Amino acid sequence: MTFASCIDDLCPREPQFWMPVISPKEVQSDYDVVIVGSGAGGGQMAYTLTMNGAKVLVMEAGRIFDPARETAMLHTPNMAPLRAMPTPDKQYGFYDSSVESGWEIPGEPYTNASKEDKRQFFWWRQRMLGGRTNHWGRVSLRNGPYDFKTKSRQGIGFDWPISYDDLHPYYDKVEMLVGIFGSNEGVENVPHSSPGVLLPPPKMRAGELLTKKHAKTLGINVVPVHRAILTKQQDADRLPAILHPGNAKAQKILAENMRSRAKCFFATDCHRGCSIGAAYDSATVHLRPALHTGNLDILPNAMVREVTLNKEGRAKGVSYVDKVDGADHHVSAKVVVLAASSQESVRILLNSKSNLFPDGLANSSGKVGKYITDSVSSSFSAQIPALENLPPHNEDGTVGQQAYVPWWLCKDHTAGRLDFSGGYKFIVGSGRRMPKMSSVRGFDRLAGREGTGFGPDLKEDARRFYGSTVGFSAQGAMAANDDCFSELDPEVKDKWGIPVLRFHWKWADDELKQIAHQQKSMASIFETMGARISREPETKNPLKVIKDGGKIIHEVGGAIMGADSKNSVTDQWSRTWDVPNLVLADGAPFPNTSDKNPTLTIMALAWRSADHVLDELKKGNV
Amino acid sequence: MKDFDETPRIERRVAMEWIISAAASVPFLSQTVIGATSDSAAPVSGNEYGPDPDMVKVYKPGDLWPLTFSAGQRELVIVLCDIIIPADEQSPSASSQGVHDFVDEWISSPYSAQTSDRNLILKGLSRLNEEAVQKGSLNFISLSAAEQLEICKGLSLKPKEFPGNFFLKMRDLVAGGYYTTPVGMRDLGYRGNTPMLEWNGPPKEVLDLLGLEPE
Repeated sequence: MTFASCIDDLCPREPQFWMPVISPKEVQSDYDVVIVGSGAGGGQMAYTLTMNGAKVLVMEAGRIFDPARETAMLHTPNMAPLRAMPTPDKQYGFYDSSVESGWEIPGEPYTNASKEDKRQFFWWRQRMLGGRTNHWGRVSLRNGPYDFKTKSRQGIGFDWPISYDDLHPYYDKVEMLVGIFGSNEGVENVPHSSPGVLLPPPKMRAGELLTKKHAKTLGINVVPVHRAILTKQQDADRLPAILHPGNAKAQKILAENMRSRAKCFFATDCHRGCSIGAAYDSATVHLRPALHTGNLDILPNAMVREVTLNKEGRAKGVSYVDKVDGADHHVSAKVVVLAASSQESVRILLNSKSNLFPDGLANSSGKVGKYITDSVSSSFSAQIPALENLPPHNEDGTVGQQAYVPWWLCKDHTAGRLDFSGGYKFIVGSGRRMPKMSSVRGFDRLAGREGTGFGPDLKEDARRFYGSTVGFSAQGAMAANDDCFSELDPEVKDKWGIPVLRFHWKWADDELKQIAHQQKSMASIFETMGARISREPETKNPLKVIKDGGKIIHEVGGAIMGADSKNSVTDQWSRTWDVPNLVLADGAPFPNTSDKNPTLTIMALAWRSADHVLDELKKGNV
Repeated sequence: MKDFDETPRIERRVAMEWIISAAASVPFLSQTVIGATSDSAAPVSGNEYGPDPDMVKVYKPGDLWPLTFSAGQRELVIVLCDIIIPADEQSPSASSQGVHDFVDEWISSPYSAQTSDRNLILKGLSRLNEEAVQKGSLNFISLSAAEQLEICKGLSLKPKEFPGNFFLKMRDLVAGGYYTTPVGMRDLGYRGNTPMLEWNGPPKEVLDLLGLEPE
């Protein structure tokens, strides 16, 4: 079946017909690999494995979701209830491409060990096909060489058992497959993509160009960000042969999928999902071609309880609850891959208790759940008088982030001139964006009005100040530490009776010093821009402005990779030391987070890991 | 005033007749105020849309949960809408875009975040009518435009206390509601949400004004 006929045959709003999915009755008994989770990691695993002939089952805890039919790309807020503002049902707003997902999900609790305000961890769960890739901002940055070696370089956290060079070819491959725009800028610890890999970045908006001009006077460079959006169509004649040499079937399927994706039409927020396939999501880019190999089954609504073991202590398969009827089932495979999101994978491991592993599976080191890291983040925004009353013009571009400041003080870190360990980048947000309920807040103050502005004054203020703010969002590296981890809550269970996670979180002094530095540098750029800041940079009490743990949705770790089985959970292939046919393919094996967003690295690691699984299958080792 | 909402309602004429006849039966300066509910608003009766709503469907106020305003309250909010966002030579008023029905949708929401707004708005509407009655008028909408404006001006100067905070909330709802319609967005100068083949950055005119070079 070609893609075109596949799409033509579909009924509108019946997503189950779009991607053939199976029910528990149709689960086969001879899978090479079962993958738990269908997001960036699970999707990449499924893609690489099936393209190379392995027979795979992907299990998803949520329902099937069809970005081509279910996303509201050009709707205006007045077409949605409550002007599309967030509610407990749609926690990032009505049009955000997240269903059955959120910080709080009824019947699926998690707990925090501390009651203290600033020691809470917030856990976003995305229960739908494609996982968080539906909602993702698509910022796709490579870790740099230093980010893999923080222990040897700065004496903090852990070194990864791999170096940048091990991952470089996989970053290239993922970028070619997914389609990433960006540029190579020659910034220290910001690796270049190989020639011909990146798509052209979009032009910067007025506010971004203005920021760039002024930041430069401080020695700070604003450059194009990298995002998983097609600014032009992928080269379907060239790329498939590079990605799948000697594999004619894979080349043909990939070429067809690339041709089915349109380039960006420079309107609508990627958070809404992309019906034309210009923005990456796992279902469109990974799972669709994987299905066309004939080697993939997808089982939705399957909530995994635990990984089961055979007598030899090898993974036998997984047991799960069918959320449709609540019945328990089991599926077997030669290899089990957990890609359920870092903390959900941790939860599955800890819940997989046996005589062999009384403290949870693959936990002989006692490190399962340990060393969660997340982006160290604060933001700052200001109004820029120069941007007032500009002639109306379209500034959608690739709606969302287009420009950023990569960490510019590596040399100061090397020389030991900074009082904190983690570098940070910041995203520049500006532009005449689609208005929302809050877009005209704060204009009274800017206009110097006494009290509440209304009438002709209000209309005048709105026209004058709309689109004249610039916001910076800093995200920095966090070193693994003993205070941030998850474990099973001894009492609380979810609605299927599965024990839930309890989080421990505490910001270290190192991270708070980084926040103070973030605040100062963001404010210094605003100062050169003649901006009107709404508050002073928060340098005295950074706890006031640091984003809570988990809130950036970059949490990684909990089953870190290492060179030694005594103090890590997996080897360099993300394969658990204790159970050789059990592999992790989400953020769980990250020994630390960096100032780069984790998703691209999750995909590159998953591809590398899949190559290793294929090798082991071929050799008959698993 | 043009009504953009197509849900059946009592016609304005009928409503006015009802108000006038009801007024005749109420003693002057009574605590009972025409066209308003008591300060303690009745709880909402609708349901949430749940974690998996149809995102593609187009919704109107009243589609998902029942609205609250009586005919009199709705008339009053229409007047307030157009005091807050009046028509001018560049763009039409808030009520012309049905913003009053959005305010009703908002305060009728079953979600807890809107519940405090519900109480504040309904209490504030009552207060406006009470003030009008004290000025010897039937209700707020029967005051002259100048008197209405004067009351609003007074409220706008004390945004921290009731009923000034009611006016601030109403202003935020009306402004937010207006500038999220296609007409309001255009008035702000938003020109996006239009699929295009290419994106070429800001126009030269804008770059020149900012002293910037094109990329």
